[in-house]
Order: sequence, then C-alpha cells, then structure tokens
Amino acid sequence: MGNGSHPMKNFWRGGELFVWMTASGVAISLLMVGSMLSLIMVNGLGQFWPATLHEIRLKTQEIVIGEVVGQEVIPNSSTPDKPKGLARYRYRVGNRDVFSSEYRWINGEDIVSTSSPNDLTFVERRQWGPAFGRLSIVAVDGTTENMDSHTSAAIEALVAESTNLRQRIEHVERDEIGAINYRMEKARLERQALMLDGQLSPREVQEDRRLVDYIATLEQEYQAQTVTLEQLHKEAGKKTLLLTLSNGKTARLTLEQIIAVSMPNDMSWIHKLNAYLHNLWLFVSSEPREANTEGGIFPAIFGTVLMVFLMTIAVMPFGVMAAVYLREYAKQGVLVRLVRIAVNNLAGVPSIVFGVFGLAFFVYALGGTIDQWLFPESLPNPTFGTGGILWASLTLALLTVPVVIVATEEGLSAVPRDFREGSVGLGATKFETIWHVILPCALPGILTGLILAMARAAGEVAPLMLTGVVKLAPSLPLDSYVPFLHLDRKFMHLGFHIYDVGFQSPNVEAAKPMVYMTTLILILVVVLLNWAAVMLRNRLRKRFAMSAV
Amino acid sequence: MEARPAGLSTTLPMVTARPPIPQSRLARDQQTQASTVDAKILVRNLDFFYGERQALFHVVLTVRTHTVTSFIGPSGCGKSTLLRCLNRMNDLVEGARAVGRVELDGVDIYDLGIDVTDLRKRVGMVFQKSNPFPKSIYDNVAYGPRLHGTKDKHTLDELVHQSLQGAGLWDEVKDRLAQSALSLSGGQQQRLCIARALAVQPEVILMDEPCSALDPIATGKIEELIFKLKDTYTVVIVTHNMQQAARVSNQCGFFLMGELVEFGDTKTIFTTPRDKRTEDYITGRFG
Repeated sequence: MGNGSHPMKNFWRGGELFVWMTASGVAISLLMVGSMLSLIMVNGLGQFWPATLHEIRLKTQEIVIGEVVGQEVIPNSSTPDKPKGLARYRYRVGNRDVFSSEYRWINGEDIVSTSSPNDLTFVERRQWGPAFGRLSIVAVDGTTENMDSHTSAAIEALVAESTNLRQRIEHVERDEIGAINYRMEKARLERQALMLDGQLSPREVQEDRRLVDYIATLEQEYQAQTVTLEQLHKEAGKKTLLLTLSNGKTARLTLEQIIAVSMPNDMSWIHKLNAYLHNLWLFVSSEPREANTEGGIFPAIFGTVLMVFLMTIAVMPFGVMAAVYLREYAKQGVLVRLVRIAVNNLAGVPSIVFGVFGLAFFVYALGGTIDQWLFPESLPNPTFGTGGILWASLTLALLTVPVVIVATEEGLSAVPRDFREGSVGLGATKFETIWHVILPCALPGILTGLILAMARAAGEVAPLMLTGVVKLAPSLPLDSYVPFLHLDRKFMHLGFHIYDVGFQSPNVEAAKPMVYMTTLILILVVVLLNWAAVMLRNRLRKRFAMSAV
Repeated sequence: MEARPAGLSTTLPMVTARPPIPQSRLARDQQTQASTVDAKILVRNLDFFYGERQALFHVVLTVRTHTVTSFIGPSGCGKSTLLRCLNRMNDLVEGARAVGRVELDGVDIYDLGIDVTDLRKRVGMVFQKSNPFPKSIYDNVAYGPRLHGTKDKHTLDELVHQSLQGAGLWDEVKDRLAQSALSLSGGQQQRLCIARALAVQPEVILMDEPCSALDPIATGKIEELIFKLKDTYTVVIVTHNMQQAARVSNQCGFFLMGELVEFGDTKTIFTTPRDKRTEDYITGRFG
C-alpha cells in the first residue's frame, strides 16, 4: 500500500480536517451568541407575563398566596429543616411591607394542598412592590362593597380613576410646580448676578426690585398649586381598596397607591397577551419607581440614545478631519507613522482611563472655567463644573475617535487614484478634489467608522460613571424650557442602569428580571442605531459605487 | 477603416496638408523650424527624476498646433512620464523632479509663478483607464466648468451639450443625463472622460493610452474622435499600439529607456527610420 493513497493522509492533506475545524469555530461562536441572546430573552421577557397565582396550605396550617418563580433540589445541607434531595419551591409572595421579604422558599413536603382560585388578585403598588390577596372595594363613606357583586368592570373603573388621579398629581407636581421652581431659580440667579460686583447701580436696583416682585408672584402661584395638590391627594385618599392577605390581615390601599389590579387566574389567554404587551410598553415608556427596581427604563433609553447622538456629532468632524490630514496632506514619514501608531494604541487604552481624563480635563478644568466665566452667579454650585451629558459625550468621543480615524483613512485610501488624477487633471485644486470627489467616495468607509464608534459608545459604562451618569436623573436632558437641550444635566444610561439595578438595589431578587430586560433593550438600542447607520451606508454605497462597468 | 467619414480616409492627412518637409533633414532641425512656425509646446533638454532614478534624459521636441503627436515605445520607456510633464501631473508623485524647460506658448510651465490649476485647465488629460466620477453623466461633464466658476444653469447646459457632442456621445446619452456615469459601457465612459476634458475648453489634450482597455469598435470610435479634435485642439497621445500611432498621428516620437530616440513625421518614422533601434521596434524585433 503506497503512502500517497493512505486514506488518513488524504484526509489531512486534502484539508478536510481543516474545513471541519474552521466550521466548528464558526458554529461555536454562533452557538454562544445564540445562547446568550436566548438566555437574556427568556429571563427578561418572562416577567411581563401575568403568572398564575397559587394559594397553598402548609402543614402548619399557614396559607400562602404567591406565584412560583423557581424550584430546585435542596443541595447538601445538615440542618433538619432543609432535608437533602427533596424539591423546594421559590414563591413570590409579595406584600414586602407585611412579610418583610418578597420571596420565600417552601419545601415541597411541607405543602398540603395547592389551588388557584379565580378571585386571587394581583395589585401593583407605587410602594413596597406588588400585593397579593382577595379584594373588596370600600366606598367614600366607609361602607364595604363585596367584590362578589362586582365585575372586572368595577376594577377597571377603579384603576382608571387611580391612573387619572395620579396623572393629575404628576402634572401638578412636575409641570406646574416644576415650571414655577425653574422660573424662581432663574430669577434668583439673575438677582445673584446683579449683586456680583458688590454694588447696585440705580438701573440695577430697579431691575432687582422687579425680580423681587416677580419672585413674590411666583411664590403665590406656588402656594395656589400646593393647595390644588393637597386637594388631589385628599381625593385620592377617599377611596380605599381593601385587600385580604394570605395571613388573614387586611391591607388598606388608597387609590393613589394603586397602579394596576388584575386577577391573572381569571384571565383568558388573549387577556394575558394583552396585559403582557401593555406591561412591555409600560416598561420601555415609563419612569423607574422604588429605587429603579420597579417601573420602566425610559429615561435610561433616552439618555443612552441622546448621548450617542451627541458623541456622534462631536466625533465625526474631528475624526474625519484628522484622517483627511493624515492621509491626504501630511508628508508620509516617520512622524506620521508614529502618530498612526499612537492613534491605534489609543483605541486600546482602558476606558476608565478616558473617564479619569474626562473628569480631570472636561469636568474640572473646562467645566470649572466655563462656570467662572459664564455662570458665576450660581457658584459655588457648579453648572458645567460637574458631570453632565456633554462631558460624557465628549469623553466617549475621545474614546472612539481612533476608530473613526482608522476607518476613514481606510475609506480614503480605497478611493482609486484614477479619481484623484481625473479631478486634478481638470484643473481642480487638492482641496476641491478632496471635497468634491474623494470625501463623497469615502463616505461608506467613514460611516463604517461611525457604526463601530456608536456600537462602542453605546456599550461603554465605566467612563460615564465618572463624567455624568447617575442612578436617577430628576429630569431628561431635553425638555420644553429654553434652551431645550440641557447639556449640563446628568443623565441615565442603560449600561449603568443594568449595574445599578442588578447590584446596587435594595431588592435584588425582584430586580433580576429587570437586569435581563434592560440588557435586552440595550442590545436592541445598539442594533437599531447600527441598523440605521448601515441603511444609510448602503444608500450611499449605491450612489457612489466605485466599481466601473 | 471603413467606418471613417469621408475625408479622413488617408492615413496621414497632415503630410499633404502642409508644405512637405525634406525627409533628409534631421529631426531636430525640423523642430527648430517648426518652433518658429506654429509650435504649441516646446520641450527643451528635459531631465526627469523619480527620487534618485532618472526617467527622462535630455528630451527635446516640439508639438505643433492643431496636430496629433504620438509617443511610442516599450513599457517603462518614459513616454507616459513625458506626457505627464506637459501638464505637471507628475507633481502628484512624491519625490518627482523635473529639470529643463517645457514651454507652452513660449512660457515655461515649470516657472515658479505658474498657476498649476490654470495650466491643467489649458492642458486637459484623458487617462488610460476611463475614470468617470461616481456621479451623473451631466455632473461629470459639468464638474470642470463648475470648478472654474460657471454657475449659470443655461450656460452649463449648453457646455455639457457641446462637450458631449464634441466627444460623439450626445446622441447616445441625451435622454439619460441624470443617470450614473458608471451605467455607461467602457467605450462610452472613455468618451465621457474626453467630453469632461473638453468641457473646460482646453487648448491641448493629452491622452495616456486612451484605448488600451477598449475593444476594437470602441477604439475605432475614439480614433475617429481624435481626428476631429485635432481641428480645434492640439492632441498628444501615448500609445502602445503602433498601428494606432500610424493611423492617427502627424508626428511621432519613439522612446527607449528614457531617451527620445527619434522624433519626426509619423510617415518618416514608420517608413524610413533614421535609427536602428526605431526600426527594430517598429518591425517588431523587440518591444
């Protein structure tokens, strides 16, 4: 048998093994990405589905109402209350204010009976997480109306009333009183500015008097709004919901406290789907409650997207101009090569280093100077001299500028020499050639840089923690007060929100699904931003297709 | 050949159109005489360097107004380098350096005070590989005039029309001026590049192997065009194709290793070359 015809040898020489190896590399990568995404989705998306409520009777005659959130086989343990090898279940029992913990482990052998009656009710509250129990409505004068005589329509009406009241209260608190506060603060600062030089000219005295009057008017308006607010609170307190808990006690919930009431065991499949979509919508569109463990993540989504946009506006002109100079104008030599190496290495610097730089340079040095020059009246309170969305965006712009430079340079060098010569041969100057021919042709490459920069910036957290991200921002950086875009404001960010909810919250267990959900939203935001940029690039590519014939 | 319009059927029309130059005289004498008559470009003792490497050695020649001058020679002989010296395209090459004089209408284009963009406006260029910009047909032709300050829509329209007509492309593209230039065929693209060069209304058109990437039919069309262009412009063409040089040019220069071996009437070069090397090349003994 000749060596050349040996089947194993052929297998090796023909590269079959190599093909298998390379293919399995791809397969493993795909598997990992796929399982990561599905893990996140399963853990995150499940929480919005209205789960079945169980009523269980224990050996101790205790009754527990809750939803099953997990089960396991009891691991090695020596204590008699945790016998090894048996199943135990994790129940979400709610009523954190009564039971002190929202979750509870129950050994399988302790359970005598389990049922899921239709009248078990899930109440989402503004405080203390959800409450589980049986429901009865109390009217204004204190007469109890039993739920038996009421349909779900009554509950809906109640929730609608509560929502309406809450919206009115929020409107007064945020919009009316918020506006008054904003104007008052502005007037106060104007007064302060008048007094900056220590003395008042006659005109300034007049101006000061006007401001004092203005502030007094605002004060009156404020008082009026406070009265309205009190009335609303009183109205909300009139109707009370009585909820009979599993331990037989009764919890009083004022209308103000109720966010949603549902009886999941009584819901049809369609109803549940409806509720699911509604919950999902609320999650992405509303603000967080209870130290971020409940409610939505809208401010974080908004902050992330706005920060990426601001970063893009900052990084694109700088990166592109630097690349144009390096590629088109600079004399290619040792110096340019060194600059290029430095730029490439900049992309590898740990992001926290950029954070420290942003804090030292942008926040303290630049922001502090701006405060002294432009906002001396509000000192020692910093305006720009503290973290804010502008500084965070600029720090990330610095972080991503190497990516843009490298991609733009590649785009520029991919423009055929023929185009340059064609343009120059027609009497165009170098600038005209770059502006009219080379940059348009390099646009797809430039946009590739933009896509990479956005993906990097949207996922970066560490530098933001030093330059402007907060756990809870009182207001969005974009609102209806002039100048509308408030670059000095602190903001919320999805990446930081994940960390905060998952590891800094008082109720870690309840927040766990929110961690996954926020992660999923972050991925979606990045994908959407990239998709938009890719679409733009494809359109431009079609327009500036470089392959002739 | 049959495709050519009447009046262009003779291979070398210039020889009959101008007073016959005695073939016995040296090429250099011819140039001296020509320069006093109707010289457009004079090249005087031009040396050209790419960094340390010398690419042209003491080139001396004269390009006459309203003629076609062709440069032939094997690859790397310096013919394209010389062409690119005529509108200073070589300035784009780092480390390139010219020593000597190149005069356009009696003015040295390598003088310090020369505006290079103005020079390139007067001396247009068509490249070996057609290089229309990834813009519309209209925008390609209007590119040059717009650069040089023509903004009026009507004037631009007229200029685009004339240039496309001049390049023999108007009838083929008049209904799709807004389409991408890249939708044209290779030959059409090259004629578009010629139209683009015409649109800046140059005096001289340099062509660097304009047909080397084209099929015979497209080549024929471009050659016809070169014949016509000669009436309005002065054309200098670099070609690998000796038949092409014989067909289209009035004067011809043969280059070898950076040296202008022989320069003179195309007919003379192809029938009774003075230099052994020219004869060897033309008869196909090397190259």
